[in-house]
Amino acid sequence: MTATMTDAPPPAAPKAPGGADKRPGRSTTRLFLIVAGALLLIAVVRLITGANQLTSEGQVNAALGLAVPIGLAGLAGLWSERAGVVNIGLEGMMILGTFGAGWIGWQSSPWLGLLCGIGFGVLGGLVHAVATVTFGVDHIVSGVAINLLALGATQYLAKLFFAGGKAAEAGGNPKQSPPVDSLTDITVPGLSGALHSVERHHWFLVSDIAGILGGIVTDVSVVTILAVLLFVGSWWVLWRTSFGLRLRSCGENPVAAESLGVNVYQYKYAAVAISGGLAGLGGAFLALVTSHTYLEGQTGGRGYIGLAAMIFGNWRPGGLAMGAALFGYSDALQLRNGGVTVHALLLLLVVLLAALAGWKLYRKALWQGVISAVMAVLVLAWYLFTDEVPSDFVGATPYVVTLLVLSLSAQRLRMPKADGMRYRKGQGK
Amino acid sequence: MNKLTSRIDKERLFLGVAAPLLAIVAALLVTTLVILATGKNPGAAFSDMVTYGFASDSQVYILNKATTYYLAGVAVAIGFRMNLFNIGVDGQYRLAAFVAAAVGGALTVPGWLAVPVIILCAMGTGALWAAIAGVLKVTRGVSEVIATIMLNSIATAIIGYLLQPGKLGQLDDGGTLVSTKPLPSSSFLPNIDTGPAGVLDSLIVLAVVVGVAYWFILGRTRFGYDLRTVGQSESAAAASGVSVKKMIATSMIISGAVAGLIGMPTLLNEGHQYDNSFPAGIGFTGIAIALLGRNNPVGIALGALLWGFLERTTNHLEFQGYDKEILGVIQGVIVLCVVIAYEVVRRYGLKRQQQRVGAELAAQAAKPTEMQEVA
Repeated sequence: MTATMTDAPPPAAPKAPGGADKRPGRSTTRLFLIVAGALLLIAVVRLITGANQLTSEGQVNAALGLAVPIGLAGLAGLWSERAGVVNIGLEGMMILGTFGAGWIGWQSSPWLGLLCGIGFGVLGGLVHAVATVTFGVDHIVSGVAINLLALGATQYLAKLFFAGGKAAEAGGNPKQSPPVDSLTDITVPGLSGALHSVERHHWFLVSDIAGILGGIVTDVSVVTILAVLLFVGSWWVLWRTSFGLRLRSCGENPVAAESLGVNVYQYKYAAVAISGGLAGLGGAFLALVTSHTYLEGQTGGRGYIGLAAMIFGNWRPGGLAMGAALFGYSDALQLRNGGVTVHALLLLLVVLLAALAGWKLYRKALWQGVISAVMAVLVLAWYLFTDEVPSDFVGATPYVVTLLVLSLSAQRLRMPKADGMRYRKGQGK
Repeated sequence: MNKLTSRIDKERLFLGVAAPLLAIVAALLVTTLVILATGKNPGAAFSDMVTYGFASDSQVYILNKATTYYLAGVAVAIGFRMNLFNIGVDGQYRLAAFVAAAVGGALTVPGWLAVPVIILCAMGTGALWAAIAGVLKVTRGVSEVIATIMLNSIATAIIGYLLQPGKLGQLDDGGTLVSTKPLPSSSFLPNIDTGPAGVLDSLIVLAVVVGVAYWFILGRTRFGYDLRTVGQSESAAAASGVSVKKMIATSMIISGAVAGLIGMPTLLNEGHQYDNSFPAGIGFTGIAIALLGRNNPVGIALGALLWGFLERTTNHLEFQGYDKEILGVIQGVIVLCVVIAYEVVRRYGLKRQQQRVGAELAAQAAKPTEMQEVA
């Protein structure tokens, strides 16, 4: 019923065979073209600049590992915002997840730690739900409060649980839990080695694809696979089941949903609790897979970045995954000392800006075209006169990119209509 | 009629005080439970906090802390009054303090000129950094929450890049700490010596001035009226001829300018340079304090003092065998309870009002038949 006016496909109605068949087909083709084009461009840039790190197995593998917590945070945000609750408390719920995972993880198995991380996240989500749904507190205010509370509570509990007794003997201190056993990593036998040998030849395009695939099939944590499944599952549940339709209707027009007999409070509670659980899982990933221990300040603002990735992805799982991959990739660049690699990416930016300028001029958007062209020339000059991008700027890349993307496309983004609004039962009467 | 208005005022006052009181009682309760759960005596902890917190040296410390927090709270509150969430106060004040420190270190003019230049420089930087988010919001529709979060991280990167030996930073004698060039001693602001209790930052005056200006501009000028109108209803404001976009950009810029002041007490009164130990995260403290003080100039001051008090006294708890990390729990619980309590009290007040209006209407309807006094 909602009047959507964006390029992005509107949330499709489930169980409508005719419409449902056409749209995914079209957008899949488009997505495929975009990915293929991006691959080709990157392969060209790698060939020109010789920055083989761009698509190396290690780089892709690191990017994947860094993208997962951001992606999970974004998915958490997606669930709650689709039900109309803005969740800026993701950061706090992730912190709770890292703590829960570290606390149970070092004492028993990392699997129980993972569960505990999710459970702690759900707890944080429920607090947010009580404040925003039951009491109708402003969503951002409640989120900020949860971030404060989660940080304070975990610091206090970490001091209690990790700084004395058996935990201290096992290597814990007030800011850190004792080490946790590893979760299983999976490598596809045979394929991984074969891809690696192809990648080493640095053939145009072929090696790039081999490097990327190699990064995806080598030493991948089971939690990463779980995260991918959760992405697909979330898409299916939210866009292909009646539960999902009702949940999204609470985010678009709760009064209408209520008039059709949907218990809006219940759905919002469920959505925010799931959101907390996903954020907790993201935190648990950081504690169990990334560093094998709970560390204070481990989340480093990833909850906020996840939220940005979600907006970047226009409140859709596919776009969100792309946003998370972008963040993960640039994080990995910084970690792997990617000054030279990012320098190569400047050339890619030049190509993209030049293309954008051409397109805008073709469409008679003079100003935008000229600005894009000038930017392209400036970046080209930067590329030609330097050898490396300072590492501080490499770290800032995803934030700048997010700002740029948002400022270029914010008007095309469409958030759930009743997102962040206060809803009281019976307010429509 | 006179009777009626006086009664409403009393009730409003009661409702206004009820929320923070409710929250603090709830926070005390939770804290008590948490301390009890660790098997220690909460009573002794609270009495230690009170006696230590009211010692004279603690009071000076608290006032100094509260000065910084107050500025942060006001910076955030200006946005809040407009329904703008300036999460970026954190990046704005750090970048502003850094630029001001760099400029101040390079200046060779006498102190009476240098100090205003440093302060203006900080305000300008903060305003510019906030203006990016403001302009993006009004021209491109980018949510200020996300934009300012991104700008926080970008500010960190810029400071990290420039604060290196050979750029704007220099190594100290020990060779371990990188800082900006220290201010010349002529640019140090004199501190207020309170004897054995320690020294009071003279910029507490600045906080008072900012507080009065905030109260005056928002409550007593046309601009402030427009600003509050936009915050309450954009369509109503637009209908009365206020340019909503201009107001959004302006208030974001003012918020950023005030944010620029946050680092000044630390820079001009205490540290005299910007280095990696410069306090971070005060922007987020400011959000909590603005929420606590309900964007009211006096309320923010009380919130800032409470925060300073809690920091000072929980730190001392360590010597009494308690964990000082209880601070984070207390602060988090207070903020969460405060926001919920405000909402509960607001709803209660609304209900009371509706009942009263309903009663009045019923009384009016009954008037022609039998004369009745409005209760």
